[in-house]
Amino acid sequence: MTLKLVIRRLLFLVLVVWAASTIVFFIPRISSRNALRERFGELARTGGFSPQDLEKIIASMQQQFGLDQPLYHQYWTYLGNILRMDFGYSLYRYPSTVADLLAQSLPWTIGLLLVTTILSFIIGNLLGAVAAWPRAPNWLRGFATPFILLTGVPPVIMGILLLFFIGFRLKWLPLGGAYSVGVVPNFSFEFFLDLLQHQVLPALALIFGSVGGWVLSMRGMGVTIQGEDYVNFAEHKGLTGGRIFRDYYLRNAMLPQVTGLALALGTVVTSAIIVEGLFGLPGIGSMLNLAIRANDFPTIYGIVLFITIAVAVLMTAVEFLYPLLDPRVRHS
Amino acid sequence: MSIAALSPPAEARIERPGSLVLVLRYLRRNKGLALGVLILLGLTAFTVIGLLTINPKDAYPLSVAVKKPPSLKYPFGTDFFGRDLFSAMVVGMWQTAFIGFVAGGLGTLIGVVLGFIAAYFGRWTDAIIRTVCQILTPIPVLLIQVVIAGSLDKRDVTIVTMAMIVVLLAWMGPTLVIRAQVLTMKERQFVAVAKLSGVSDLGIIFKEILPCLLPFIAAAFVAQVFSAVFASFYLAVLGLGPLREPLLGNIIWAAQSQGAFFNGWWWWPIIPSVAMILILGSLALINMGLDELANPRVRRTE
Repeated sequence: MTLKLVIRRLLFLVLVVWAASTIVFFIPRISSRNALRERFGELARTGGFSPQDLEKIIASMQQQFGLDQPLYHQYWTYLGNILRMDFGYSLYRYPSTVADLLAQSLPWTIGLLLVTTILSFIIGNLLGAVAAWPRAPNWLRGFATPFILLTGVPPVIMGILLLFFIGFRLKWLPLGGAYSVGVVPNFSFEFFLDLLQHQVLPALALIFGSVGGWVLSMRGMGVTIQGEDYVNFAEHKGLTGGRIFRDYYLRNAMLPQVTGLALALGTVVTSAIIVEGLFGLPGIGSMLNLAIRANDFPTIYGIVLFITIAVAVLMTAVEFLYPLLDPRVRHS
Repeated sequence: MSIAALSPPAEARIERPGSLVLVLRYLRRNKGLALGVLILLGLTAFTVIGLLTINPKDAYPLSVAVKKPPSLKYPFGTDFFGRDLFSAMVVGMWQTAFIGFVAGGLGTLIGVVLGFIAAYFGRWTDAIIRTVCQILTPIPVLLIQVVIAGSLDKRDVTIVTMAMIVVLLAWMGPTLVIRAQVLTMKERQFVAVAKLSGVSDLGIIFKEILPCLLPFIAAAFVAQVFSAVFASFYLAVLGLGPLREPLLGNIIWAAQSQGAFFNGWWWWPIIPSVAMILILGSLALINMGLDELANPRVRRTE
């Protein structure tokens, strides 16, 4: 990979982050809603201070947050803040900053996301490769192909079905939450087991909800690669089926799938967030759910921006890693 | 084959079967497409017959007895807020279809227009449209939609605004697909011939290129409907939909916020989930089937 290409990719990354930040900056300013006014209006209704004070409080708040400055000035400060990963204060949990809240819930989401994405990517690609491999035993192909039908089932709905069958009917696993009600978090082995139990259903929902897509695209790749000359050549050389499958067929079909993974990252992260909200796990998903319910706009915008930036950075990282996997790109 | 070719064709009058028969024959070969169309027809029948027979008021809160499990009177049960879930499914299905068709149709239309402009006029027009699409594509669209839907006044959120929010960031995919197709089409000989015989730009676009692209546009349209239904469903599940409407995602959001499974009201989230699986599943099957129709290369290798 040449230096020129690296610079171009990095420039593109900056453009994506800039575009997302700009959209998130201007949409609320076009909107008729005023987050501060809504929040303090709510506080005023529940008692505390008189309506005359309300205007004064809002004015002083606006001055403190720089909302009385001209728009271009605000925009400039805002871009600077984004660069320093400063997303401002949470309205609902003031004086916590959005970055603090993100730091608290991020480890949960990353744990769930990493495990499920890797597992569904591996399982889906193996099943897809088998579904398209003409020499695979019939029962194996018959087992792998129906997984394509899962493309039509979003992870959230998979989560509801799993909750119903495994959590509600069979009562094997808990119905939601991070740990059992009444348990105090501690460092014992039982607590860890309890924690893990609560993660199983969301993880299964995410794996089964995204595996179909991988099976489908890998089967398509597999069908294309079967006809290639090098696969024919390997067969005529008399290599064993397993060797051809692993080194000639799977390895070549996997490469575009890695690019596919980079492209799918946005969807993957979004699904994980919504599934977390569904199960009430303490991650970014529940944080977003809570923020939407409480009209906590700075938190919503902070989450959206943070994830957008994270996804864009990860995508670029995958593209930079690609030459390590594909020698042809490395040498050209 | 050779015998058939040698026999005199006079007596054996070969009749081309009617187009309906041809379509049915193709569907027998393309089983996924057939199954998808069948499910979609079933859902349409359910919605149309349902809209004619039910009282739409029952789909809204405080109209029937609350928390009743499925029974003869209420085939899908009723929920915590006193909605008859059968009526809610009928109305919700109609609203989902509306959002899907409006958002999918508009998204495809914008995509086709921009794709044609970019590919046909080239140079800086192409560069601008392509760059904007490429910059917007990696941004997780749903999250931006969350920002837009969240910034709206709750009273402004209706089925129509939902569709508009979805369209706003859903035209990049079809634009890039159509652009790529027009670019390959532009170099074909029949276009060159038409150009040499003095056909105008618009004539070439509408009479020469557009008809060839119809299968791709159809496939893009179904894909757009799929993603529009998907996006609006996700927004509603997050509680950003028009909360009063019995949109499928809204019902799931409501069920989840009332702890439906904890309280034993299992039918409340399950019914809309099954409906959503049928909708998205049929669209996915049709999409795969159309892909096969549009790309003969895939068809041959199957």
